[in-house]
Amino acid sequence: MFSKSYFKEWFHNPRRDIIAGAVVALALIPEAIAFSIIAGVDPKVGLYASFCMAVVIAFVGGRSGMISAATAAMALLMVTLVKEHGLEYLLAATLLTGFLQILAGIFRLGNLMCFVSRSVVTGFVNALAILIFLAQLPEFKGQGWLMWTMVAAGLGIIYGLPRLTKAVPSPLICILVLTVVSISLGLGDTLRTVGDMGELPSTIPVFFFPDIPLTWGTLMIILPYSIPLAIVGLLESLMTQTIVDDLTDTTSSRNRECTGQGIGNLVCGVFGGMASCAMIGQSVINVQSGGRGRLSTFAAGIFLLILIVVLGDWVARIPMAALVAVMIMVSIGTFSWRSIRDIKVNHRTSTIVMVSTVVTVVATHNLALGVGVGVLLSALFFAYKVSRLLSIDSELQEDEQKRTYFVRGQLFFVSASKFGESFDFREVVEQVRIDVSEAHFWDLSAINALDRVVLKFRREGTEVEVFGLNEASKTLVLKIAKHDKPGASAEVGGH
Amino acid sequence: MLSNPRITMNAESNILVCTDGSIYSPSVYDHALWAAQRLGSKIHVMHMIDPTHDAGELHNFSGSIGFDARQNLKTELVNLEAARGKAAKARSKAILEAARNHFQKAEFGNLIVEAIHGHLAESIEENEADTDLVVIGKRGESADFKRMHLGANVERVIRSCHHPVLVASRAFRPIRRVLVAYDGGPSAQKAIDFMMESPLFRGTELDLLTVGRPHPKVEESLAEACSRLEKEGYHTRQLHRDGHPEEVFSQFIGEENIDLLIMGAYGHSRIRQLIVGSTTTTMVRTCRIPILMFR
Repeated sequence: MFSKSYFKEWFHNPRRDIIAGAVVALALIPEAIAFSIIAGVDPKVGLYASFCMAVVIAFVGGRSGMISAATAAMALLMVTLVKEHGLEYLLAATLLTGFLQILAGIFRLGNLMCFVSRSVVTGFVNALAILIFLAQLPEFKGQGWLMWTMVAAGLGIIYGLPRLTKAVPSPLICILVLTVVSISLGLGDTLRTVGDMGELPSTIPVFFFPDIPLTWGTLMIILPYSIPLAIVGLLESLMTQTIVDDLTDTTSSRNRECTGQGIGNLVCGVFGGMASCAMIGQSVINVQSGGRGRLSTFAAGIFLLILIVVLGDWVARIPMAALVAVMIMVSIGTFSWRSIRDIKVNHRTSTIVMVSTVVTVVATHNLALGVGVGVLLSALFFAYKVSRLLSIDSELQEDEQKRTYFVRGQLFFVSASKFGESFDFREVVEQVRIDVSEAHFWDLSAINALDRVVLKFRREGTEVEVFGLNEASKTLVLKIAKHDKPGASAEVGGH
Repeated sequence: MLSNPRITMNAESNILVCTDGSIYSPSVYDHALWAAQRLGSKIHVMHMIDPTHDAGELHNFSGSIGFDARQNLKTELVNLEAARGKAAKARSKAILEAARNHFQKAEFGNLIVEAIHGHLAESIEENEADTDLVVIGKRGESADFKRMHLGANVERVIRSCHHPVLVASRAFRPIRRVLVAYDGGPSAQKAIDFMMESPLFRGTELDLLTVGRPHPKVEESLAEACSRLEKEGYHTRQLHRDGHPEEVFSQFIGEENIDLLIMGAYGHSRIRQLIVGSTTTTMVRTCRIPILMFR
């Protein structure tokens, strides 16, 4: 692990990594604070988590240049746990999440990502963007036009400033300007500020073990939360990893990322932070700012800590409107707008998969469920598509006494019934030959269908010959099929 | 006796030549030519195009991501790298053309020339199976002569390569006298085995030199090595000197007008090398003649 290439992952791009880290830290603050509030804990829980996660993942993560911290996807899963059992149980659940993720890394579950299709990824990303956006709406409640104006002004700065200069982070300017305006106009009383949302960190995080009884009952409380947290954390991390791999045209280890996320969450848990994972929006910002190495993630964590511990009093006076504006930017940047345009071009099934993923997530606030639905649908569509790769032609020969059927394509449970229906049992011939040299029998249902066809012909008094089985199919037929065994009878069809 | 069957020279033998277009390149080609003519092997010239995915000239610290941020960023990065990739390819083409001309002038035709994306050490590993000898320049593109630095790649290649590596010096001169740095270790044995089987050094004068406090075991194996080589028809001298290996070898090479040094590479662990430094690296750095390394 500590090889030359690991060293290179840290220090091949130091100057830009540090600058990018600073830019990213600014985008981490709003998310950490906003989603601590969603989860129902003090902002310091999210900020500690973001710091710990960023620093730890810089060392143990699988993907250099990817940003991990407290995220929307995770926060939404812990709302009821915090409401019903409190912070200590959240920390315990975070530890368990970390443990599960390490197991996932050890058992190489990262490889399962190959089942997540492009459409599911797009659906996931879009759903995430929608969740981030929806999470901002409560901030507008009962705030009146002033809030709307401030957010609009903030967005104006965020998207307007880069047209003039790209040398300064526009979210920083947005936060600065809105804070100055809020303080100087005395809007702090009418507009909510970060300080109103709960306790901010005043020190660096300290080590403590969650104060919970180590009993079976505790485990039963936290496990139902830890499992989805672990799954969603890994899903978002691995998807972000794919995105960063893609942007930088490099590859990285999925399973190492799983283990890294697990270690990161273990550390979060004992330093008073909530469960965290990789962040798509912030990772894109990092790459865009030139961050490539592990140093960029590390720097983001360190800058975040400096910002909140040193400037804590000032951070408390930032109006929520500024953070809402930054989070709306993150959600706009995360959403794949092109996917809407591509609906016209893409196959209908990919659109259905994408939309189902989004709808499930937005309805349940659980990204794991959405991905589950998406993966299931893609698998079904794929099975259906492959089943259509089956064609059966036939040819009559020699005085209309012998018919040869040519079977081409994939035979498995989906295509089995179509196979059974493609033979003409009413025709009277002496002999039927079934040429399966260009077919592949995948499973029990396929063999069973073949059995039924052969026996049905035999019952009509027709002689049947099956030929051209390829090797893989042959082993399956020899093992399972009944038509070629002595005493083949009508028991076929029981499955 | 055949410790490594791959180094037996047959009609299929292959010399892998790594070039980077630096001022060492002509000398690298000459060394390869010398070896190829003696071994009757073909030459495979390889130029690496490093895949650098650096942040490049993307000066965007705005930290703001808008509509289709990922796709737009990707397009931007792809365009940037495409421009750089094209320049690198053009340069590589010129380098390989120069290599081809060099060999053409020497009327050597058994040649493959190719450019590969990737890192040198990895590519050498990939070509391992059909390579018998690797030739590389002592310093590369980013050579810093004042500090007598090794080319960035040389050390990596020597460390990772299982074949003999010929590290070419600044200019080629005919190889008549060869010095073997003999310490009785496995790499030194490998070097002796190589000479027993390979026609590369037939007809040269061999000096086998051990340095340091006399040790009966080393003396004995040195004598044995010499007698084995004599049987194969080599002219050998068996020598022993006291002192620091680096200094003694450098001095000997200067005094005796040695043309090529044969030595085992990186016998000690990395940790030890961190503390006491590596004889191999020092030798490659300081001596001005080509070195054939065995690991």
